[in-house]
Amino acid sequence: MSDKLLTELFSNEEAEVIEITGGRIVKTRLKSLGIIEGQKIRKISKVGLRGPVIVLINRAQLAIGFGMARRVVVRIK
Amino acid sequence: MKWVKRKHHPKLPPAELDIKSDILLVGHPNVGKSVLFSRITGIHTIASNYPGTTIGYTSGQMCFGELTYDVVDAPGTYSLEPLNVAARVTVDLIDEAVRIINVVDATHLERHLPMTIELLAQDKPIVIALNMSDEARHKGIEIDVKKLSQSLGVPVVPTVARTGFGIKDLIQKAFSLEIREQKIDKNETTHPGHHPHIPHHNKSQTAKNHEHLSEKDVWAKVGKIVDEVQTLHHHHHTFGERLEDLSVHPVFGGLTALLVLALSFLFIRAIGEFFISGKIGIFEQAWIKLPFGIETLFNVAWEPLMMKLSTLLGPGNFLHSLLIGTLVEGKIDFMQSFGLLTSGFFIPLGVVLPYIFSFYLVLSLLEDTGYLPRLAVFMDNIMHKVGLHGYAIIPTLLGLGCNVPGIIATRILETRRQRFITATLISISVPCAALQAMIIGLVGSRGVWPVALIYGILFISWIIIGIILRFTTRECKPELLIEIPPYRMPSFQALFSKLWMRIYGFLREALPIVIAAIFVVDILYLLKFFKYIAGFTAPIVTQLWGLPKEAIVPLLVGIMRKDVAVGMFAPLVLTTKQLITGSVILTMFFPCIATFVIMFRELKLKDGLKAIGIMLFSVLIIGTAVNFLLPG
Repeated sequence: MSDKLLTELFSNEEAEVIEITGGRIVKTRLKSLGIIEGQKIRKISKVGLRGPVIVLINRAQLAIGFGMARRVVVRIK
Repeated sequence: MKWVKRKHHPKLPPAELDIKSDILLVGHPNVGKSVLFSRITGIHTIASNYPGTTIGYTSGQMCFGELTYDVVDAPGTYSLEPLNVAARVTVDLIDEAVRIINVVDATHLERHLPMTIELLAQDKPIVIALNMSDEARHKGIEIDVKKLSQSLGVPVVPTVARTGFGIKDLIQKAFSLEIREQKIDKNETTHPGHHPHIPHHNKSQTAKNHEHLSEKDVWAKVGKIVDEVQTLHHHHHTFGERLEDLSVHPVFGGLTALLVLALSFLFIRAIGEFFISGKIGIFEQAWIKLPFGIETLFNVAWEPLMMKLSTLLGPGNFLHSLLIGTLVEGKIDFMQSFGLLTSGFFIPLGVVLPYIFSFYLVLSLLEDTGYLPRLAVFMDNIMHKVGLHGYAIIPTLLGLGCNVPGIIATRILETRRQRFITATLISISVPCAALQAMIIGLVGSRGVWPVALIYGILFISWIIIGIILRFTTRECKPELLIEIPPYRMPSFQALFSKLWMRIYGFLREALPIVIAAIFVVDILYLLKFFKYIAGFTAPIVTQLWGLPKEAIVPLLVGIMRKDVAVGMFAPLVLTTKQLITGSVILTMFFPCIATFVIMFRELKLKDGLKAIGIMLFSVLIIGTAVNFLLPG
């Protein structure tokens, strides 16, 4: 429906990763923790003042720095 | 393929060594490889509940049948693509391994299997340890081990490394693996002028007959396997999970972080003081004072003995100055006398050891419960100010215990620049536990606020130096990306064995240096060596820093041991302001010899020299600033 950046997602919203806009290193780092296109992702929390975003994927909690979370495009179902 | 990748990252330091192993433990960070390793070899290693505890690798031996085998615990890595040091080391270790135990987390199978598939393509005999299978059961995750083993084509053994469940079975399976003839081509490796990495080309050739999968296929395959073998049962939110949610909450999480830091500090102080003087309480006021403590022990049991020795030797005698030191008003003062048998024992055992114990007790608790990654999340903003990201808080906290493990732990950071900034900041403005214990002991007698002021000044210098480093070292912005482990109840046996390892490390490594430092100081005093130096450095020490010119002596001794150096402030009769300036300068001035060596090893010569330059400049400026800005 609507594409958003991971940073713009509200807490407790669930979405699907559509695209990762970033260099090879960013993609590889995200991939190694399971953030790949098509992956379901749920935002749990975030730290204010452009702090990290905390998400749940496959029942594991990940903390993603703001600059990196901005590279993750998600789609809410 | 690995060789080509390596060319793309010339900045990464080369992996340390190629080491052969009969069994290599490989897996993601924080899956319990180190605990498993301890179980197999009986060697105690430092294990914690956060990703990246094992930096470098640990090796040990085990007996099976009549033979001994080399077992190696690889650093945790999320993939075999050599993007960071841990992955590079692991890839090299795999090349040299006979068989591999791939440790996976049973609670997050889908996240661990992609690397398992990468490992299978390496064409080595593999057995899979499905670790934390007890936690999986509690979380309502059921895994069909037989099916999983069939789908992967390798044996799978459920284990619980913490309790030892399944370890025997795992070892048996590992040794019944068929070891294929390694076709490492002798003609190739002995070929003169050949690149040493040539065997890897052959590896990719042998891997060819294995199915080669693209990234998408790997994830699809993993999805399919997981769907087949894993059943999720509904389970209620446990208390631990509620705490997990709370500690990453935007508001409560931040408050929790502050509370945890404040409580940790208070606990360390309270436990340390309890062991020193038997006092139970916070700060000055004591609720209960028990009639024992290490200090009391020294005063009641050791002092009379030493006084007897003193009269026996006769003051003024060479041996007396060496063993007992100088008497203060006809009596032994364990802080000031500076003899090998008086201050030489009292400083490390009576002042520092209690704080080493309490610091590492609290740190181990934070490590094992899994709180540290959450702290990293809330420290991310502050750490960005100094050009780092939140995870750099972990080496920094370790540095508060001892700078050496702190600087080594900077390897968990991804780039050379982050490692440089973190290590430089640790060596300049993070006081180790021994130094802090002595500062609290000596300066604390003037009240709480001078001690608080020292911490405040060091923290501000840390920020200022960090900001300058951030803008002077250019590279793309570092970003935090970590897995937050679930909270776990620490195993007290593991916790105390880790605590003991750290305390033993202190006793074995620090105690001899403390005694050697006091020996050297006494000899140099007798040779009147310090008089020359004091005259030479007087302009800086007296004019800029406002300290008596003799204060250069403790500053120089600080190169050997910082705790001994603080002790040497005692006989100088300093004002409170001078004590504050002196402690700040001592912390920042040359790191102790052990830190110095590690810094050059980790940062290499050029960056090591750069860090030393920054240190000298900072100590000059900040020492002067404190002297002129602090009201007398």
